[in-house]
Amino acid sequence: MATASAQRVVVERLPKSRSLRLPPWEKITPLLLVSPSVILIAVFVYGFIGATIRTSLVRWNSALPDYTFVGLHNYQRLFQLERFQADLVNTVHFTAIFLAGCIVLGLGTAVLLDQRLRGTLFFQNVYMYPLALSFVVTGTVWRWILNPNSGVNVILDNLHLGFLKSGWLTDTHTALNSLGIAAVWQMSGFCMAMFLAGLRGIPEELREAARVDGANEWQLFWRITFPLLRPITLSAVIILGHISLKIFDLVYVMTFGGPGYATDMPSLYMWVATFAQFLYSRGAAIAVVLLLMVAVLIVPYLVWNLRGETEQ
Amino acid sequence: MSLLAPAATPSRARFSPMRIALYLVLILLAIFYLTPVFAIIITSLKTTAELARSTVWELPKTLALDSYSTAFTALAPSFFNSVFLVVPATILSATLGSLNGYVLSKWRFRGANLLFALLLFGMFIPYQSILIPLVQFLQGINLYGGIPGLILVHIVYGIPICTLIFRNYFATVPRELLEAARIDGASVIRIYRYIMLPISIPGFVVVMIWQFTSIWNEFLFAVTIAQTPTQQPITVALQNLAGSLAPEQNIQMAGALMAALPTLLIYILLGRYFVRGLLAGSLKG
Repeated sequence: MATASAQRVVVERLPKSRSLRLPPWEKITPLLLVSPSVILIAVFVYGFIGATIRTSLVRWNSALPDYTFVGLHNYQRLFQLERFQADLVNTVHFTAIFLAGCIVLGLGTAVLLDQRLRGTLFFQNVYMYPLALSFVVTGTVWRWILNPNSGVNVILDNLHLGFLKSGWLTDTHTALNSLGIAAVWQMSGFCMAMFLAGLRGIPEELREAARVDGANEWQLFWRITFPLLRPITLSAVIILGHISLKIFDLVYVMTFGGPGYATDMPSLYMWVATFAQFLYSRGAAIAVVLLLMVAVLIVPYLVWNLRGETEQ
Repeated sequence: MSLLAPAATPSRARFSPMRIALYLVLILLAIFYLTPVFAIIITSLKTTAELARSTVWELPKTLALDSYSTAFTALAPSFFNSVFLVVPATILSATLGSLNGYVLSKWRFRGANLLFALLLFGMFIPYQSILIPLVQFLQGINLYGGIPGLILVHIVYGIPICTLIFRNYFATVPRELLEAARIDGASVIRIYRYIMLPISIPGFVVVMIWQFTSIWNEFLFAVTIAQTPTQQPITVALQNLAGSLAPEQNIQMAGALMAALPTLLIYILLGRYFVRGLLAGSLKG
């Protein structure tokens, strides 16, 4: 799901006035209307998370369920595993390059497109179309471009830039960064869209006033524009950060975690442990760790957004 | 939300070194973003013999459509699987989202805020954290293995985002409209049916484009649940194409184009609504 969770939570503020009054016999109708969704989410999200936590606390390590309680044993084992330790390091490394790439490219393109040049709309569409593609398509294409024998290395040879050639995905030292290139190519447009919407929301009078006061364009950007974009930057970091923690499709398609564990991620290892090795309890433990990492990022973000609304 | 509205009229001098430099950067960036499409198109139109290293970035000498016919034969069944998955899942998740958005913006009950927050959290969870019980559950109700199970899964996990977009959409509907309808004696359901539903068509367009794109592109649920080979969505089939049937690059690229085409067309034709879904309603502040 390339874009499914590329969602910025913007909560439209509701008017301060109370809801309309309903006669007693109608009070139940709104509850009935939301009840199918409430039941589905209660079971499929919260019930299933509970079941996963339970699975992570038992000894279910074959195709047959075994619900012998073993406490936190699976977690202890997990953190001792070389593969999972590599996963955690990879996640941090990948998130850092992914965030840096998306924000630099996203902010850069947004500022460029905000210069009121002709043809802006065309470039904007070009920078954002990868968002409409799946990570599977992106992975298929970038796997070919980054193939050491056929892709970008050939271009570098033709340009006499042979020293820039690399093993890309096949080299343990460059594989994770190469994966990052494909991920940034796909998601930087999301960052651009957010920044561009933010930039267009800054009143021109504000910048004009600063110009009158003698600020140059450079000062204008760093003293006025960028500080006003700070909430958007924070949102972008949180949304892209949680996408990065969950990245699965791209790794599955481009490297399947290899070479060695060079590009392995918790999301992929969870899947392999569960559905290829039938170590259900280990898979569940990885899933819970992953959920906690995402929750640490997302829960404060949700509280921040929803509280902002009730204060109004 | 005027993100895709044309920018204001150019205000600076027509030809300045600054402007030429800006255009140069814009064009270089466009090349970076378009290179993969270029690679897909030239490679998919080549014969296998033309895939040699020396000519790999050259335009094809003749337009060979063989790889398209091979890719089409291999992927057509899964393409239609995806269509049969996406259409009902999109319509039903949008419908549920519309009802939730209506209630959560207009008929707020005690605890509505908490409920909304708990609903929204469901949109961010890594689906690995529900995957094991989900598979067990689908096996239990005999929906594991194919498209019907995936439809159910995408309806359920689509509820949070659809609710969010519709809640934001309905929040802009003036309260007076509902008050007037109440005075005329309309019930909660009649107000939805005759007032809110007709005016929420733009909301439906945004939500349905968003859901269509997300579900078409989804991979984790597809690869886990669609175990029956004849029941695979296109993302899984494309990935398998590389592994087994046809390892040649020209066929893979033709397949990639086929898998990308529906969502790409939507983006080209309805990009404005796609971006609105992406930014989930209007911006804060």
